[in-house]
Amino acid sequence: MPQKALAPEISTWPEEGFQLIGSQCAKCGETQFPVQKQCPNCSSVEMSDVKLPREGTIVAWTTQSFIPSFPYIGKESAAEFVPFGVGLVQLGDVVRVEGRLTEPNLEAIEFGQKVELTMVPFATDDDGNELLIYAFQPV
Amino acid sequence: MSDDVAIIGVGQHPFGRFDKTAMEMGVEAINMALADAGMQWKDVQIAYGGSSGIGNVDAITHEVGLTGIPFTNVGNACATSASSMRLAAEAISSGKYDVAIAVGMDKHPRGAFGGEPAMIGLPRWYGEAGLFLTTKFFAMKANKYLHDYDISQRTLARVAAKAFRNGELNPIAFRRKPLSEDEILESQMVNYPLTQYMFCSPDEGAGAVIMCSKEVAARYTTEPIWLKASELRTRGYGAYEVHATSSSVSTTEVAPTVYAARAAFEVAGVSPSDIGVIQLQDTDAGAEIMHMAECGFCEDGEQEKLLAEGATEIGGRLPVNTDGGLLANGEPIGASGMRQVHEIVKQLRGQAGANRQIPGNPTAGFAQVYGAPGTAAATILTK
Repeated sequence: MPQKALAPEISTWPEEGFQLIGSQCAKCGETQFPVQKQCPNCSSVEMSDVKLPREGTIVAWTTQSFIPSFPYIGKESAAEFVPFGVGLVQLGDVVRVEGRLTEPNLEAIEFGQKVELTMVPFATDDDGNELLIYAFQPV
Repeated sequence: MSDDVAIIGVGQHPFGRFDKTAMEMGVEAINMALADAGMQWKDVQIAYGGSSGIGNVDAITHEVGLTGIPFTNVGNACATSASSMRLAAEAISSGKYDVAIAVGMDKHPRGAFGGEPAMIGLPRWYGEAGLFLTTKFFAMKANKYLHDYDISQRTLARVAAKAFRNGELNPIAFRRKPLSEDEILESQMVNYPLTQYMFCSPDEGAGAVIMCSKEVAARYTTEPIWLKASELRTRGYGAYEVHATSSSVSTTEVAPTVYAARAAFEVAGVSPSDIGVIQLQDTDAGAEIMHMAECGFCEDGEQEKLLAEGATEIGGRLPVNTDGGLLANGEPIGASGMRQVHEIVKQLRGQAGANRQIPGNPTAGFAQVYGAPGTAAATILTK
């Protein structure tokens, strides 16, 4: 099945060693994900695109045990739904990004765990493409 | 707002699920508040109406009386009713009006709040990927807090068990069946560490509060409740708040509740130790314990011991959510903060009923709400 990224603009996938794309403020240095035109810290508009580090550590996490509601586009039934982890991951000393964790088992997820960026399939679009979303997997 | 704003009437339609419209419930709440105050609708000079589901709450004037008064519709997520009450209080304290009403009502479908991420400025893909879920955020925040301050999951169950015990004592609560800590811990996992019974449910209900100037209050009652402070804050940069694709690596910023609570105590001229009845936003059991510390009632991490000792029970030294809170009442967004104020007014008047009345004659109450995308309000009432 051909693969497509959900929101292709938020990462450099399918490049080798792909990265998420954020915005860094030239005035205060703070970084946001995804890109943003104005800085929420200092209101400057001097924002430029920045590729975010691929590796990070888990600073907060939970598990998603029920099928998400609208506007989730996965087509599985509630019975078919496979739980996934969700984490807030600190990428280097740049920014914290929220995303899926490939590890769904709460016994296997730890605070401070080292993870790296990956893509996971989670839905199929109307043209038969497998849709991918970024996620973090244990290093 | 020293002695500028008096609350002389409160009305609350029960929270739960009913075979009537939100507006019908709102009408009942208004008429209960008017009866409580000894007033008629024609006495009301200005109104603020809050709802998440009804676009134009002011249409309710067709049901209670088309008197031509200014009526402003208010929408501010979980802080909707606190915002309506704040606006009503400011109308009185400005000196421009003598009698104001804040009313709120909602009728939510079953299930967690969802919808378009764009409603709070988030990209569509965030929802399409299954990440735009309030329960998930609350669980991540609670899980981090438990980890940072070494608090057990059982303490979350203690919060929920207390809520349902208090709900059993409250005839207008939604969930009135007590559950044991083990039943709560063993119920379906929603988002770790929060199980099904550690979350409140969106439901239905309405509330109304009538405020007036000191001079007018004296004509209706010898024992008004004073609205001493009503403070509203939004998040600062770096706070970890409801729904975010990213957050700062700088973690020095505190939650908006901290600022709202500090400001309310300063404006009211009272301290947390003066408060005899506490109403906190317990969207989930974790939120209640975090808000205890954010509002200044304890240190971070102290909750484990306080809950185990029963300090937050009706007879404890920090009675929290004596009417069952959101966990036992559910959350009709437009009316939730009015339920908090309704309970405080009843407790301060000594009218909470034999089973639920806080002993020792409490003289001050504190109410806090908090919700997406990082909005908090704190209200202080005294008698």
